[in-house]
Amino acid sequence: MPDATSSPPVETLTEATILFAGDSGDGMQLTGTQFTQAAAHARNDLATLPDYPAEIRAPAGTTYGVSAFQLRFGSGEIRTPGDEVDLLVAMNPAALKVHLHRVREGGALIVNANSFTERDLELAELEQNPLESGLLEGYQVFEVELTRLTQEALEHTDLSRTTVGRTKNMFALGLALWLYSRPLEPTQQWLQQKFADEPEIRDANLHVLSKGYHYGETTDAFVVRYDVAAADLAPGTYRSIRGAQAIALGLVAASKQSGLPLFYGSYPITPASDLLHELSRYKHFGVMTFQAEDEIAAAGAAVGASFGGALGVCATSGPGVALKTETIGLGVMTELPLVIIDMQRGGPSTGLPTKTEQSDLLQAVYGRNGEAPLPVLAASSPADCFDTIYEACRIATRYMTPVIFLADGYLGNGSEPWRIPDVADLPAFDVSFATTPTASNGQNDFLPYARDPDTLARPWAKPGTKGLEHRIGGLEKAHETGNVSYDPANHQRMVKLRAEKVQRVTDMMPPTPVYGDPDGALLVIGWGSTRGAIEAAVDRVRASDARVGHVHLRHVHPFPADLGPILRRFDKILVPELNNGQLIRLLRDQFTRSMTPLNKIQGQPFHAQEVEAALREALVSTPA
Amino acid sequence: MPDNTSPDGTKKPAGPPGAKKPAGPPGARKPTMPPGTKPPTGPSGGDGADGLTRKDFASDQDVRWCPGCGDYAILATVQRLMPELDVPKENIVFLSGIGCSGRFPYYMDTYGFHSIHGRAPAFATGLKSSRPELDVWVVTGDGDALSIGGNHLIHVLRRNVDLQILLFNNQIYGLTKGQYSPTSEQGKITKSTPYGSIDHPFNPVAVALGADASFVARTMDRDPKHLKATMKRAHDHRGAALVEIYQNCNIFNDGAFFDFTERATKAKAALFLEDGAPLTYDNGTRGVRLEGLQLKPIELTNGRWSVDDCLVYDETSQEMAQLVGRMYWQEDLPRPFGVIYREERATYDELLHTQIGGLVERRGTGDLATLFHDADTWDIS
Repeated sequence: MPDATSSPPVETLTEATILFAGDSGDGMQLTGTQFTQAAAHARNDLATLPDYPAEIRAPAGTTYGVSAFQLRFGSGEIRTPGDEVDLLVAMNPAALKVHLHRVREGGALIVNANSFTERDLELAELEQNPLESGLLEGYQVFEVELTRLTQEALEHTDLSRTTVGRTKNMFALGLALWLYSRPLEPTQQWLQQKFADEPEIRDANLHVLSKGYHYGETTDAFVVRYDVAAADLAPGTYRSIRGAQAIALGLVAASKQSGLPLFYGSYPITPASDLLHELSRYKHFGVMTFQAEDEIAAAGAAVGASFGGALGVCATSGPGVALKTETIGLGVMTELPLVIIDMQRGGPSTGLPTKTEQSDLLQAVYGRNGEAPLPVLAASSPADCFDTIYEACRIATRYMTPVIFLADGYLGNGSEPWRIPDVADLPAFDVSFATTPTASNGQNDFLPYARDPDTLARPWAKPGTKGLEHRIGGLEKAHETGNVSYDPANHQRMVKLRAEKVQRVTDMMPPTPVYGDPDGALLVIGWGSTRGAIEAAVDRVRASDARVGHVHLRHVHPFPADLGPILRRFDKILVPELNNGQLIRLLRDQFTRSMTPLNKIQGQPFHAQEVEAALREALVSTPA
Repeated sequence: MPDNTSPDGTKKPAGPPGAKKPAGPPGARKPTMPPGTKPPTGPSGGDGADGLTRKDFASDQDVRWCPGCGDYAILATVQRLMPELDVPKENIVFLSGIGCSGRFPYYMDTYGFHSIHGRAPAFATGLKSSRPELDVWVVTGDGDALSIGGNHLIHVLRRNVDLQILLFNNQIYGLTKGQYSPTSEQGKITKSTPYGSIDHPFNPVAVALGADASFVARTMDRDPKHLKATMKRAHDHRGAALVEIYQNCNIFNDGAFFDFTERATKAKAALFLEDGAPLTYDNGTRGVRLEGLQLKPIELTNGRWSVDDCLVYDETSQEMAQLVGRMYWQEDLPRPFGVIYREERATYDELLHTQIGGLVERRGTGDLATLFHDADTWDIS
């Protein structure tokens, strides 16, 4: 690390929130990711939130082309990427315009002073230059000539102007790393690897990165520098993990531990494509990735693989789930394991492809023709994606059923430290296939729809198993024999059996943990990616002596069996969701309790303070 | 029917030695029974891997197609073919979509999967990709394969997944009781087109060729010998093999193919392709000649033309396949039957496992703990 003797005094913070914002071509996601690595390297707890436009390269300089990456890191527990930003790094006027409102009063702004020409202001549809108009009063503004300083740093090279321009994010990163006293090494190592074959580019980036760092030291613009101490995390080995990575690792783990080959069918769709990218790298684990011709084929191929004894998985987003609906129904009818991952995004229709929302819950639970129940699970943080997808795979094979796993773009793209589990500590994952004819009918026949008395699962008989030749399909099945049946009483029996089988998934659920108080004035019930914001809000409200508990549901269908008794221990119930009220409908359907919704439908996650305000309001309101 | 118009069921397909599936030593197969003899009924008659017979492939379910349906003949032929394939019965899987053809798997005592409308190729792709040792058959219809499932059909063909697709074409929607299909001729009067269909029809063979299918053939329900021989060749082919089967729907579209299938007209209307043989029909009295880029019918009996003027068919020629595959509803030309195109190319399932195998060899079998730690890690004690 460079000599810091000339540095300004260092102020120690418990946490900080930084937002990098620029054009979608400015490399802001990369800059944010590298800062994340540095914070992880310094052992901070952290949470990240990338926010990028739907267009890959929207016209440069426009507000709709702004790409941002928010990161919060600290020495205490970090649950959300932060409500308010301490430092905004804005690469152009558009980025400043879009994200200024997120910076706290007195917060810092580092702006690229070279990108505030008339043309830039025009593109951002700004009539006045915010650097001169007084708009930034109340903030600490650091005008840095990022473009010029980068060019000067690389004057000695033959690199093209465009290539030089592309490295200015490294200058910004170096400066931000200096300002928060985070290490350069992780980024340096990354650059060494990334550009191993392009030494000129590698050296240019490394040089600009250190120039940015040194700039902080040598300029007298910064009167204070910050430090954030290491977090007090549970002992273990950690890595930073994005939700999409955690899902991919969870699937590979499920495949490896069960001995079932993983077949992953997928059609490119935001924000689920990341999973396909991740898994396609794991072929040496025997992972078969299939980029299908459409959403339907992706699910169909997964069911076909499942029929053959593989772990059939497909991932998509809301519109893709709609297309897969009929195939999922076939999975319910044929009672084959299938895991459908829904990386939710704003809807309906194409909606807000890159923005987060929890609006597919009812689609997941109810969105099929006929009586077609299936278990639905939801992950609550990037790292939790690992455990939850692993659990989804266990349920699918144990109960011979499709399972829908709900996550969202916020979880998929967001990252946090993950305590790497010991492989030996992963939950047991035993799968057995039928190998002999079912003897229960006294004959040497195989009964593909005979059921396990505990789970009600039917046997899984792979093609290739001698003597167990049988036919399955979408037509109603006769109990036990699995033959096509139009018998009225049989249909009713089978509908009830399929529903009961799904209900029995509650047998393998552990007791539901209640965060905060086990009983009291208010229970908050959440699901999915809102966990961090809710827990932070519950902490704040409990600090002022309110008795508040929080249940965060991993199992959203069926509900855990102990949920009813937990509800009875609280006076009031609040249900925060990033939708127009979906979990609350499921809860009201099952429990005759008055419940208050809290709905945010803006394509953005909850801020802890929004949930906190709702909690405080609910606590003082009189029950309906 | 003259012998030369129908390939012998036992004849090995012409082509490079690598063209066939590894299915026992050459010559190990017994000749097929002459027409009219009973199907093999015991270990001595059947030459399947386990001495199985046709009956071993019939499930205990009542067959519920309409009496007189062409599907019965196809089912019987498939059941007769199975014991000859040297494939363990438990490795055979039939997958279908929706429609009359969709019921097919229920009647076969093999593994079977009646999936959803048009999607059988997708299910089959997942199954065959993950279990390449299985012998996968897709049974579909003209509506199933070419309308709702058109997308899956073209993609399974271009990917060249190693499976057989039996496309029962009856040019009508039967199970929904008589609407025109994507193969129905323009002007067709049906329940949904009382004033005649205005849709231009698909020629399934041309669709398959356009999708770069590696094996394309056409046969008919009312010629069981040709039907069986064609299916056998499809099975011998490594890759996606599309067999269009003209199938009579005696309820909603009776006689749609009688020109090609009935004794009175068959010879003049149907041309049976044989690799390496000249294109002749009508008991050798007529032929097809290439003039520029056009195929023209020629009379071989009036002294002007001889069989030497006929185009000699090469089933591995994409150009000929395009020309002959397009012999469709052209009044002066017969309709071609038999193997229209065949090409050797790597199959999807093979490429997938070669890639996986190569990576396992190069990187070693994946280890979970290593994977989990494959990132910047830090320890907290």
